[in-house]
Amino acid sequence: MTSPSSGEAVAKSSPGGLGWLLEQRVLLSIAVLAVLPWLLPSQALAVNVLIYGVVVMGYNLLFGYTGLLSFGQAAFFGAGAYFTGIAIGRYGVPWFAAVPIAVGLSTCLAAAIGIVSTRTRGIYFSMVTLALAQLVYYVALQASSFTGGENGLRGFTVDRISLFGLQVNFLDPVNKYYVLMIFAALAMWFQSRILNSPFGAVIEAIRENEQRARACGYDVERSKLIVFMLSGAISSLGGCMLALHLSIVPLDILHYQTSGMIVMMVLLGGARSFFGPFVGAASFLILEDVISLWTPHWQIFVGAIFVLFVLFLPKGIWGTLLDVLGIGKARQ
Amino acid sequence: MSGELLRAEGIGKRFGGFVALEGITVSFAAGQLTSIIGPNGAGKSTFFNILSGALTPTSGKLHFRGRELNGLPQHRFVHQGISRSYQITNIFPDLSVHENVRVAAQALTVSYDIWRNRARLTELNARADAALDAVGLLGKRAELAKFLSHGQQRALEIAIALVSEPELLLLDEPTAGMGPEETKDMVALLERLADKRTVLLVEHKMKMVLGLSRRVVVLHHGRLLADGAPDEIRSNPEVRRVYLGQSEGYG
Repeated sequence: MTSPSSGEAVAKSSPGGLGWLLEQRVLLSIAVLAVLPWLLPSQALAVNVLIYGVVVMGYNLLFGYTGLLSFGQAAFFGAGAYFTGIAIGRYGVPWFAAVPIAVGLSTCLAAAIGIVSTRTRGIYFSMVTLALAQLVYYVALQASSFTGGENGLRGFTVDRISLFGLQVNFLDPVNKYYVLMIFAALAMWFQSRILNSPFGAVIEAIRENEQRARACGYDVERSKLIVFMLSGAISSLGGCMLALHLSIVPLDILHYQTSGMIVMMVLLGGARSFFGPFVGAASFLILEDVISLWTPHWQIFVGAIFVLFVLFLPKGIWGTLLDVLGIGKARQ
Repeated sequence: MSGELLRAEGIGKRFGGFVALEGITVSFAAGQLTSIIGPNGAGKSTFFNILSGALTPTSGKLHFRGRELNGLPQHRFVHQGISRSYQITNIFPDLSVHENVRVAAQALTVSYDIWRNRARLTELNARADAALDAVGLLGKRAELAKFLSHGQQRALEIAIALVSEPELLLLDEPTAGMGPEETKDMVALLERLADKRTVLLVEHKMKMVLGLSRRVVVLHHGRLLADGAPDEIRSNPEVRRVYLGQSEGYG
């Protein structure tokens, strides 16, 4: 008998070598994000990559790893942002408490939407998530005394925060970036943990073959609900980051176009790859920046590029790159 | 013959106005290989799906080790000790052979743990490899399941069902689509399996069934037509009329 090896996502190389380094996906990702503001043309872009990267990473857990195509992830992105803003602006909750509260409430929202939507399959799942997310959009639009309605949520500004007794000027873009990066790092660590866990094997099995997973003894419906909630929780953290970053919450982030953008980002970067969401968010935002400089109809071009990707690079930029370098399966 | 393992009492299944099964009462003892045969549309697959929990019967009761199974969701059947393979290969194509079996082994112990590192569950590796060894696939453990040959995928199918150490193993046409060489290997595997555990087999290849089984149950038009040792089945005039006559020569 050969020596026992591990599940897919586990180190197979000896510690110390290049292989070991490649296994440290969380550390590597953090390292790249740490230098990102100096790689990209503007720091504003870097902050956006960070925020959307976290949102898309959460979505990747649902779509990439479990195979559930939701068109309603904007609901959790938006919920995270709105709950953070409302907690700080209306109830005077300190920012560091507002974030976990917002993630908790968004996870409850994900549970509610998940209970309904995960009972359906395929295109019905996509449509139910889309419809329920639109419901959230209209609730935010109508409940304007809470949410500011069409004008978006305003009136909460985090300008100065204290980190372990250290006063940090949050209006300084560099400071802001690195504070938000702590959240991104936490999200990545959490996601990596899920993917390496026994539950990570369950969602893989469900993606590969739902019927067989059930016959093997897994409660597929409950597992889908759990992964839907985890995915919503991570994406909502991106929403919290957005609220802290902008000091307003635009109503648009709940719109279905945002959900569509999240789907495009994950496919551009590479569904089922750990760092792909950040690559996808960066490429999408850069394309938007560059093309909108010379035409207001940038969406036509981004859409065309997206179609080309779906047709010719189904693993996205990052997934394809890893394949070419021959480390695809090992690390993704 | 040891004690009764599974008892079906008046099992019936309707799909709308169509009666797929009616009044099937049969019981299976522990420790032998029984085959279920019947022409196409006889209700074999429906019966199998009911025994494995994929379908709920519209009437009748299922008892397994004295416990009633009615109303139990499908994923609990494995936990009760009933495991199945599928007629159409039903594996996890993009996982390695080892992972296919390992994830099946994991279902019995841990599902919702999002915290521990699954690599630490080393006892699953040993169990998965033992199941792969039993079906002769240990050498292929690192390959992606989708790259296996058809016969190997069928064997993997059985390893996935086997790794839960089921008390009752349900095999739905394990030799479907196989050539003579692969069939020979599969028959040898089935003989080894039947030595140690209770196996229920749905199969079309008549010669193989009569050679392998201690007992044969014949379904026809959703009803139980005959039930007995292979020799009795072979000489049963009813069975000959509906089924054997057409295929005995070459089947």
